[in-house]
Amino acid sequence: MTAILGTTYSILSTIIMNRIHQKLREDKKLLSIYFTAGYPSLNDTVKIIQDLENNGVDMIEIGLPFSDPLADGPTIQASSTQALKNGMTTSLLFQQLKDIRKSVSIPLILMGYFNPVLQYGVEEFCKKCQEIGIDGLILPDLPLDVYQEDYEAIFKKYGLVNVFLITPQTSDARIREIDEASDGFIYMVSSASVTGSQDGFGNSQETYFGRIAEMNLKNPQVVGFGISNSETFQQATKQAKGAIIGSAFIKFLTQNGVPKIVDFVKGIRK
Amino acid sequence: MNYNVDEKGYYGEFGGAFIPEMLYPNVENLRRQYLKIMAEPSFKKEFDQLLKDYVGRPSPLYFAKRLSEKYNTKVYLKREDLNHTGAHKVNNTIGQILMAKRLGKTRIIAETGAGQHGVATATVCALMGMECIVYMGEIDIARQAPNVARMKMLGAEVRPALSGSKTLKDATNEAIRDWINNPVDTHYIIGSAIGPHPYPDMVTRFQSIISEEIKWQLKEKEGRENPDYVVACIGGGSNAAGTFYHFLHEKEVGIIAVEAAGLGVDSGESAATSVLGKMGIIHGCKTLLMQTPDGQITEPYSISAGLDYPGVGPMHAHLYKTGRAEFIAITDDEAMQAGMELSKLEGIIPAIESSHAFAILETRKFRPEDVVVFNLSGRGDKDLDTYIKYFKL
Ligand SMILES: Cc1ncc(COP(=O)(O)O)c(C=O)c1O
Repeated sequence: MTAILGTTYSILSTIIMNRIHQKLREDKKLLSIYFTAGYPSLNDTVKIIQDLENNGVDMIEIGLPFSDPLADGPTIQASSTQALKNGMTTSLLFQQLKDIRKSVSIPLILMGYFNPVLQYGVEEFCKKCQEIGIDGLILPDLPLDVYQEDYEAIFKKYGLVNVFLITPQTSDARIREIDEASDGFIYMVSSASVTGSQDGFGNSQETYFGRIAEMNLKNPQVVGFGISNSETFQQATKQAKGAIIGSAFIKFLTQNGVPKIVDFVKGIRK
Repeated sequence: MNYNVDEKGYYGEFGGAFIPEMLYPNVENLRRQYLKIMAEPSFKKEFDQLLKDYVGRPSPLYFAKRLSEKYNTKVYLKREDLNHTGAHKVNNTIGQILMAKRLGKTRIIAETGAGQHGVATATVCALMGMECIVYMGEIDIARQAPNVARMKMLGAEVRPALSGSKTLKDATNEAIRDWINNPVDTHYIIGSAIGPHPYPDMVTRFQSIISEEIKWQLKEKEGRENPDYVVACIGGGSNAAGTFYHFLHEKEVGIIAVEAAGLGVDSGESAATSVLGKMGIIHGCKTLLMQTPDGQITEPYSISAGLDYPGVGPMHAHLYKTGRAEFIAITDDEAMQAGMELSKLEGIIPAIESSHAFAILETRKFRPEDVVVFNLSGRGDKDLDTYIKYFKL
């Protein structure tokens, strides 16, 4: 199977539609949830994914914990530190996820920093993702030019959608370039901040959301950073296709534990 | 072989800018502008003037007679310890504050380990009337108390980095997060030859005044511009980059980089990146760094806060990989003894970082006619507490 994919991936990838593409076609606003693998407990990963899907979440970002998460605020930093203390590693995460497609059908995206992927071996990593049924990757510190030069062919060979970020400071020209390079959705960072830094959206976000909507990008946008409740979820998805909740979900897990996930999702979708 | 940065921001396979998109506009703007700005006559004039009148440059190149006699070779010390604020760090902060002004920035952030870079940044911010926030690991705040007080006197706000190992690496993470949160008005003055391109090259160029001066000073003293060896300690690598810069392509000059072995390279408590590190990404840069097989960055250890960094600047990674530089690792004990020896023999109390460089004289043999220039990157005032505890003074 891999051998065939290796040689004719470009044809096949247009035939086999990635779960992300299918999901983006659905006529609804998408709720996506980020959590850190290995947190609160090492073996919560599969249970969290199943519970999120069973409660109507559309897409999941599984965070690969990193020792030095530059773009993350205190909440995700703390969950990453704890996950690493619990013993999470890249291999272990793959091990935990190996049968995930027997029970879960929504898109799964791995999100993390580039160094652990580099150490695992980029091609090996992508191959493993494909075997498991991972649909995409978000690696915030893998820049566009390096991706295009060194890794795009590998990602595509294994059917992985790579998701790029834009921010309110990203120029229109750069957004166009990113739109051109993307094949899935664009991760719209809501404001100039690390994760978990703010509550509520003001005028500047409204302007930014409007500006992006008017650009008529070929890829739909999913908003992330600063979404914490049903109000911010609705604001974020007025124009965008969906929104991602991270820090608020992790805080919830810390306070309420995995069995209460149903309440969290209900709170957002109310 | 080219040892300078290439047009894409790499030294061989090391370097680049592995940054999240949030940092892209600032880093890209800096990349586009830094060489142009540095080449402006008004920039050069202001930079040179401040280095002369404010920093006190040129720093002397001093022939260390008693040290030379003891080790039977010609030892010269480049006296960066005599700079205003007591270390080489100020060469870079003067350059970067002028850069920040020309980029229209009004708020400055920095990370610091030993506090030397923090003090040098707070100093230039006071000089230019700019807001200054310095991130410093909680552990370093405790072990470098005098520098914390200095920064406060200079009007800077010192914010403790509470995450991870609570030292330099974590202070750098916090500074980067601050920059993500404040992309419009803020310039990040990185304190070493690390970080995403163009930082390693920009910092190296500002520090290259060290080797520029060594050349003409040595010509005056020895009748030749090139020594047989230049030696410097390496934390992130800024004083070393400045010391090596004008000799990189002079084949007859041996380059020696000295890393902190901590309690010993194999002890598990070390910061000897060239030995213990593997290619990876730290703080936006592809370089050698200490990490687990899984790619988690590990906690380094050195008695000197300024060398307590798990990576090394990409230029040095390249010098190591190509064999252009010889790398030597010096333990805490060796460095402390060397610090005491320099004090006793030459009347100079060095920073413990710099002591690592002199310590190689015990084991690395030089010929009697060799001219060996050591960069004395900083003075030991900030380390008195550590010296007192170590030697029970
Ligand atoms: C006196 C002194 N020397 C050396 C260093 C190490 O830094 P670098 O390798 O960038 O020169 C420091 C860092 O704080 C320092 O204070």
